[in-house]
Amino acid sequence: MKRRNLIGMALAMTGLSLVSACGGGGTSGGSAGSAAYSAGNTSVVNASEATGGTLNYGMTNTPDSLDPGNTYYAFMWNFSRLYASPLLTYNPVPGADGLKLVPDLATGLGQVSDNGLTWTYHIKSGMTLSDGEPITTAQIKYAVERGNFAKDVLPNGPSYFQQYLADPAKYQGPYKDKSPGGLSSIETPDDTTIVFHLAQPFADFDYLVTSPQTAPVPQSKDTGANYQSEPVASGPYMIKPGSFNPNTGVTLVKNPNWKQSDTPTVKQYADQINLTYNISGDDLDNRLLGGSMDLDAYGTGLQTAARAKVLNNATQKKNADAALSGFLWYFPINTQVIDNVDCRKAIEYAADKTLFQNAYGGAEAGGDIASTVLPPSVVGYQKFDDYEATTQPTGDLAKAKDELTKCGKPDGFSFNIAVRGDRPKEVQTAQALQQSLQKINVKTDILQYPTGDYGTSFAGSPQFMKDHNIGMNTYGWAADWPEGFGFLSQISDGRAIRSAGNSNMEMLNDPQVNQLLDQAAAAPDAGTRNGIYGQIDKIMMDQAVILPELYAKSLLYRNPSLTNVFVTEAYGMYDYTQIGKK
Amino acid sequence: MITFSLRRLISAVILLLVVSIVTFGIFFVVPRLAGQTTDQLAANFVGKSPNIQVLHEIEARLGLDQPLYEQYWHFVKGVVAGEDYDTGTQIVHCSAPCFGYSFKSQLPVWPQMLDVLPVTVSLAIGAAILWVVTGVGVGVLSALRRGSWFDRAAMTTALAGVSLPVFFTALICLALFRDTIPIFPDAGTYIAFADNPGRWFWALVLPWVTLAFLYAALYARLTRAGMLETLGEDFIRTARAKGLPERTVVVKHGLRATLTPILTIFGLDLGLLLGGAVLTETAFSLPGLGHFAILAIQNNDLPEILGVTMLAGFFIVLANLVVDIGYAVVDPRVRYS
Repeated sequence: MKRRNLIGMALAMTGLSLVSACGGGGTSGGSAGSAAYSAGNTSVVNASEATGGTLNYGMTNTPDSLDPGNTYYAFMWNFSRLYASPLLTYNPVPGADGLKLVPDLATGLGQVSDNGLTWTYHIKSGMTLSDGEPITTAQIKYAVERGNFAKDVLPNGPSYFQQYLADPAKYQGPYKDKSPGGLSSIETPDDTTIVFHLAQPFADFDYLVTSPQTAPVPQSKDTGANYQSEPVASGPYMIKPGSFNPNTGVTLVKNPNWKQSDTPTVKQYADQINLTYNISGDDLDNRLLGGSMDLDAYGTGLQTAARAKVLNNATQKKNADAALSGFLWYFPINTQVIDNVDCRKAIEYAADKTLFQNAYGGAEAGGDIASTVLPPSVVGYQKFDDYEATTQPTGDLAKAKDELTKCGKPDGFSFNIAVRGDRPKEVQTAQALQQSLQKINVKTDILQYPTGDYGTSFAGSPQFMKDHNIGMNTYGWAADWPEGFGFLSQISDGRAIRSAGNSNMEMLNDPQVNQLLDQAAAAPDAGTRNGIYGQIDKIMMDQAVILPELYAKSLLYRNPSLTNVFVTEAYGMYDYTQIGKK
Repeated sequence: MITFSLRRLISAVILLLVVSIVTFGIFFVVPRLAGQTTDQLAANFVGKSPNIQVLHEIEARLGLDQPLYEQYWHFVKGVVAGEDYDTGTQIVHCSAPCFGYSFKSQLPVWPQMLDVLPVTVSLAIGAAILWVVTGVGVGVLSALRRGSWFDRAAMTTALAGVSLPVFFTALICLALFRDTIPIFPDAGTYIAFADNPGRWFWALVLPWVTLAFLYAALYARLTRAGMLETLGEDFIRTARAKGLPERTVVVKHGLRATLTPILTIFGLDLGLLLGGAVLTETAFSLPGLGHFAILAIQNNDLPEILGVTMLAGFFIVLANLVVDIGYAVVDPRVRYS
């Protein structure tokens, strides 16, 4: 009897293993789609005022921080607006109008005075934080100080305020400088007024105050690096007390002290929002398609396997949007290593751009072939095509050889290409470039480096690039704010070249470009600025310092049960402040 | 026996110390030999484009500007006795075992590891029970029915189990039993045992089966081979000749002799898994030590990498210690060797 039991148990266990471990693939498709493919790019899908329900966001990694003063991830600048309201934000509508700025905590856009050196904002009165404390401009000033001047404690966010505010040199940040006035270049004459004094005119300052660094932080509640576990909320939601776990995620619940009239641009439709960290990529996609997850918080789209599945399934495809992410995939051409402009032009003509597109997943999921530095979703973009990238995307070898002759190297030359070895798509694009260049007898070797130190110690180190004869490298770039200056300044300004962590990898130091950037920064008129950005783009392409690959697209998937879903061009992903559930 | 155990315990402590020196050396000495500066090391903590003044502040705060032997001393002292740590806003005491603060999240490493440890322990222990029972059971039956349909089917399945990668099996399981036929709707999430024991169990069935399938296959083959060898020994023939029941011959004499090497491997496998079942945790999105380690590596987060390596090392050394002592209990000759 016992022996029979033993046999039975063994068979049962083996059977369980077999049944569970084998079997076909295939997932349920979720409920029927309610909108068309890419409808979210131009319209609000499932517009509704319905409230209630729980929104489930998932992501494959973790945020850099939930602290609004300590984050630099694009999706966090989008997501954090649910619990941390900045002074201004982006117009919550699909299409190009979504790039316009609208007030969030503030009553209006900045008032400029003193020849562009002073920017004044007023906030609405009567607003309160989640802990019941009234929102004041002193809290906003403190938030800017801690996020920009205490990098040893809150290292992640950008330092634009430190860069543009007047006389920041002596100020050591609020944790070291305990003087009652704090930073002198920010004044708060009353509880609803805040005045920023700049070192030089900076016309894009309104964009800077869309940063979560301007969300109010009460000094008495600030716990430095630990503030991320339960930041005091100024938006429609707040972190559910005790819900933050750095390994598993966080839950947001309604902020009882928030009123719709406080920040009309942000909605409070769902009762609760769960953000789950560390879900494997394929599993996250399966959950999205199966309906148990609502959105991929990261906003970079489906993985390769799910992309193919969705694009080949009419029902699922209705729930997907091929959205411009605002990213440009490109190869900087290092002018230190390839110093002759005609040699660089030969590369521009020879490259087969269709291979780049294929490597990134095709036109729908990877992106459109690029011919400019500025992507179309950035204010200031002007369409032009100097090297037939869109008219002859497979390359023009005859013109490439002509350019080689002009540069005095008709028999070709050689250099190395650097790639992030742990990014297969980038490796593939480098191999595609290598094949293209071989056709004009330009010989290249591909050198692979880890992503972690790529931007600091390898591609971001001019000396390293020169020492290793690296003439080109794979890279991608997106603006911190969707306007020409935000996109161009770090990759085109010769004065921004650094010995490590350098983003101007083409090593362009053109006095005309530098001067144009200064003019744009000081120009109060948007039309003038946009004209300048077009000029800079043209100069960079004339100089052939960048080989544009693609205006990147992400294939985003929206759960059909979601309401008010659309892509905000400001972040190149769904606008998280508007979404509700049926 | 006590002297033997003490001797082994001291060896284990020395081994852990060596592991700590080697690990520390790999992460802090080797990069320096390869040209990494303390500025570059500090840059891991500071986010994008830091200025040199901030880098120097970080170096001083994290002690990266100190000689390496002092840094190692502080590391060991932190693990054994705790350390005071400057968070930038205040000095806090980081209680032992203190593995420092994460470069990325600025949170203390040890509480984070403690937080994910139950996930890995739940996964490893459950899977271990499953694979030992199935693996050894199937191995014994296959040996007893050598050449039968059961033996062939079991060994074919075992071959599949050894060959199929965990991430493949895991995704198939999830697609089939969670997404298509939702028998295990919670699979792919971790529900704490204290929150809901029933859902904890049900959510872990697929990860257990997936992980156990791999190991059970290996154990089945090992047990089968061991049993076949043992059953051919003279003492088995003698036992049968004495008229002992077949069950006694197989279980008491045959299986016992076969189990000794199996137990050794089991101890090491379990120790390894407690250090993190990287693939299974990643495939099932379980936030355990393995997944924690992967993220730490992706983020260049040295304190977390160091912490998880030491903890994984601790489990392996502990497993070795238990196996060694277990040997001595089973076979007294070991104590005198």
